[in-house]
Amino acid sequence: MHELSIAQSLVELAIEAAADAGIKPVKAVHLKLGTLSGVVKESLEFSFDIVTEGTPLEGARLVIEEVPVKVFCPDCREAHVLPEPFPMRCPVCGVKTGQVLEGREIELYALEGGEGDAGDDVESTDR
Amino acid sequence: MQETTSNPRIVEIRQNVLKKNDLLARGLRKRFLDAGVYVTNLVSSPGAGKTTLLTEVLTRLGQRYRVAALVGDLATENDAERLRKSGAQVRQITTGTVCHLEAEMVERNLEGWDMRDIDFLFIENVGNLVCPASYDLGENERVVLFSVTEGEDKPVKYPTIVNSADLAVITKVDLAEAVGFQRERFYEALSEVRPGIPVLEVSARSGEGIDEWVSHLETAKRSCKEMVSTS
Ligand SMILES: [Zn+2]
Repeated sequence: MHELSIAQSLVELAIEAAADAGIKPVKAVHLKLGTLSGVVKESLEFSFDIVTEGTPLEGARLVIEEVPVKVFCPDCREAHVLPEPFPMRCPVCGVKTGQVLEGREIELYALEGGEGDAGDDVESTDR
Repeated sequence: MQETTSNPRIVEIRQNVLKKNDLLARGLRKRFLDAGVYVTNLVSSPGAGKTTLLTEVLTRLGQRYRVAALVGDLATENDAERLRKSGAQVRQITTGTVCHLEAEMVERNLEGWDMRDIDFLFIENVGNLVCPASYDLGENERVVLFSVTEGEDKPVKYPTIVNSADLAVITKVDLAEAVGFQRERFYEALSEVRPGIPVLEVSARSGEGIDEWVSHLETAKRSCKEMVSTS
């Protein structure tokens, strides 16, 4: 299980980025996770809670957006999203392709901040 | 409701979580390239025959080149001891509880070795077909090994690592018939997850395929050098 190492890297990166952007406190960490990243979502979520303990990120939510595999089909000359990561065939014409455009990423996408008001829901601040 | 204009609600960051590892790996890759070292990262399950095979390859290559190996393992020096018999320079990386190698471990364990004294460096990753997939070690080539005793659908069970590999090696092919290894099914499984991946069939016991692998490495190293001199 390498999700603990990944969570560690994520938290270090997020703490740095939060300081740079002046976000305090961090309410949520948004992550893009490719289905080909080799990372198990549940293990990462579990590790995240452990790793954030006692850090400025303690209590922050981890929001994971799964990114499907997108391949380039040499026959259609187009990019297509695969309904399942495998087999690696163009979903339109059926040609095999290994040209992966998306789906490998483990990306800290965004940080969500707030005033630290626990009852302050994210969606409720439309003005 | 409180006004929160002093604090941004959502800030886009868009940074690779493994940025640190990848930067280190990039640095390593440049260092290897400048010194003319060809680096192979070997990944497999435990028991695929990596160490035996590597001993063979090191012995064969060692007759004409300067070879070295880094061996990742959770504990023990056993594998390194076996590999040293080939005459290569060998270092064991003991990872403790970590189930994969990271670029930082490679960098740390190269200390004291002059890269200009090495032609081929092999990194034997920890026996694991999942975790090593995420970590770039600055290698030129990632090789995934499967033995004929592991069954034909193994590539489909571990698609991520296969998808990130540059070469697949089937080991223990001298046992293929005895275990009823269905070659076609295996090749089909491979191409489902990594279409077009080159495959080598080898046996450390019979010596089959070892020469092919050695000449593959020589060719790869040569084209690597040409790439540098023309760039
Ligand atoms: Zn197509």
